[in-house]
Amino acid sequence: MTLAEILASLFPESHSVTVTDGLVNGEGPFRGGRLAVIGIDGDTALGVDGACRLAGYVLDVVRRGDATPILVAIDSDSQRMSRRDELLGLNEYLAHLAKTLLLADAHGHPTVGLIYGHSAAGAFIATALASRVLVGLPGANPSVMDLPSVARVTKLPLDRLEAMAKDTPVFAPGLDNMVRTGAVQAVLDPEQPLAEQIAAVIDALPAEDTRDRAGRERGGRPVAEPIAAQVVREAALG
Amino acid sequence: MSERIIDPAAKGWATSWYEASARARIDGLLDAGSFREVVGPEQRRMSPHLPLFDLPRAFDDGMIVGPGRLDGKPVLVAAQEGRFMGGAFGEVHGAKLVGLLRAALVLKPDAVLILFDTGGVRLQEANAGETAIAEVMRAITQVREAGMPVIGLIGGRAGAYGGGGLIAGTCSRLVVSEGGRISVSGPEVIETNKGAEEFDSRDRALVWRTMGGKHRRLTGGADAYADDTLAAFRRAALDMIERAPAFDLATLEAEQARLEQRLTHFGDCRDATEIWARLGVNDPEAVPALTTAAFDTLLASLGETTHDAR
Amino acid sequence: MEKLTFRHTTQRALAGAKAQAITGVVASGNLEVLLERALPATECTVEIETPIRGYGEVWAAVVADFVARAQPGGLRITINDGGARPDTVSLRLLQGARLMEV
Repeated sequence: MTLAEILASLFPESHSVTVTDGLVNGEGPFRGGRLAVIGIDGDTALGVDGACRLAGYVLDVVRRGDATPILVAIDSDSQRMSRRDELLGLNEYLAHLAKTLLLADAHGHPTVGLIYGHSAAGAFIATALASRVLVGLPGANPSVMDLPSVARVTKLPLDRLEAMAKDTPVFAPGLDNMVRTGAVQAVLDPEQPLAEQIAAVIDALPAEDTRDRAGRERGGRPVAEPIAAQVVREAALG
Repeated sequence: MSERIIDPAAKGWATSWYEASARARIDGLLDAGSFREVVGPEQRRMSPHLPLFDLPRAFDDGMIVGPGRLDGKPVLVAAQEGRFMGGAFGEVHGAKLVGLLRAALVLKPDAVLILFDTGGVRLQEANAGETAIAEVMRAITQVREAGMPVIGLIGGRAGAYGGGGLIAGTCSRLVVSEGGRISVSGPEVIETNKGAEEFDSRDRALVWRTMGGKHRRLTGGADAYADDTLAAFRRAALDMIERAPAFDLATLEAEQARLEQRLTHFGDCRDATEIWARLGVNDPEAVPALTTAAFDTLLASLGETTHDAR
Repeated sequence: MEKLTFRHTTQRALAGAKAQAITGVVASGNLEVLLERALPATECTVEIETPIRGYGEVWAAVVADFVARAQPGGLRITINDGGARPDTVSLRLLQGARLMEV
């Protein structure tokens, strides 16, 4: 689905969501109130300027003080790779964007991520992965690094990596692998109205971060949840 | 279990943080004998994925966690071993840090200390590593919201790169030394993607001007600058625990303003020396060679380098 | 990965009361050694996991030499090897034994 199709399915009547320089911002009517939408469109890389603007949009919602949920809609590239962005402290800007979303979520604004296109690395972590629950649409392609680059860095042949990727979901890019890892909760149905599906996601939001449990149940991360639990138990002894 | 690999006679005070192993850093940072490692190497909770790549595993997956005391204060500590897989986040490595932060919500220590030394996500376990990083960031904000500072210490050879740089940005306060670098993309990745004109990754001086400890301290990307010794990091960590901002709307509003101002003041700068000049540094070219004492004097004269945000 | 296990008997238990120690790091040219006082007094086992196949005899010789020198009775020693040379292996094993004697 394109962003326009997504917005039309979320807000059948009208909405005020716009895209400027690849940054998505706006809102529409939702369940008697509003749903705020922020995000990235057009496979755009996320740099210091974009992260700063998006964080400002999130803080605008929080400052209003109502209980508006926030949809984080993502079709992005990775973080912008440039001397300027690192010089200016890109890690702080990306972390700040994530923190605004985490604060919003903790202060009455449920955050739902929706990956409908690409996303990777720092951009993915600062946006989609910073929401309380992340869902996807078929065809979305989250990745850490594309397999040819992985092949270059690890010095393993690409065809061997592709074969290994069939045996484990732990390293190769792709929506299904991120579902099995627990990072993506569910894949929505593009043939059904999105407003209802997003409403159902919001109604079912877990109180805690259950991604590691999902990773264990789905086989993508067999040991993360039990190890975290073991740390909690053992730290409490003595 | 805490193995003393520092010569007790030297008490570890002069030992280089950069050169020290993760366990040696913990040993020198905390009160003597106070650290109790959990899910330690004898448990053999190793990576389930590295054997697929014919790569050797570490007993602790390069992440050491547990409770201890810092000047008598109860703390929880996590330290990354930067020499194992570049300190990168894999499934077990990440889960141990997530568990430590969840333990903080239960045990309510005076602070959580994270000793960063990481290149980011471990490619062989990319999806697990990346998800763990997101879980860590969420957990850090929860710990902060519960009133406990999370202090990051950055001074190892891997620095805090990639997702590690993002985690660092969620900490209440950061201590950095000369050798500690903080960045998202690494120099080689920038060069591969954008060319050597954009970033010559072999230009070490450029790397340190752009991503190194002094630059981050000068721009407020880190909050304290420490000499490369265990004692200096210990002193700085204690100091930072007292100065940690709350995690609330006011702090994030202040952070938004601070980050917007940085873009306004320095957004057109090409090199760190231009930024330092605009900050009021008289001789920007001399900054990299400044001793810690001289750099501290410079910081004191500048004033803008401390803030209440993050 | 290649897994090797060597079992030895010693004349005596290793001195000291330390229950376990760890030394080294898994990195290129290096290795990590975990020592646990877990066996009967005159037994010693050394288990190795290494990505470099085919050096079983070299490992056997290095381990035998270490056992003869250090008399590490009672120790279960486990190694994660990052491709270390024999002299580095010997060094780490002796370092480990010294840590256990405290």
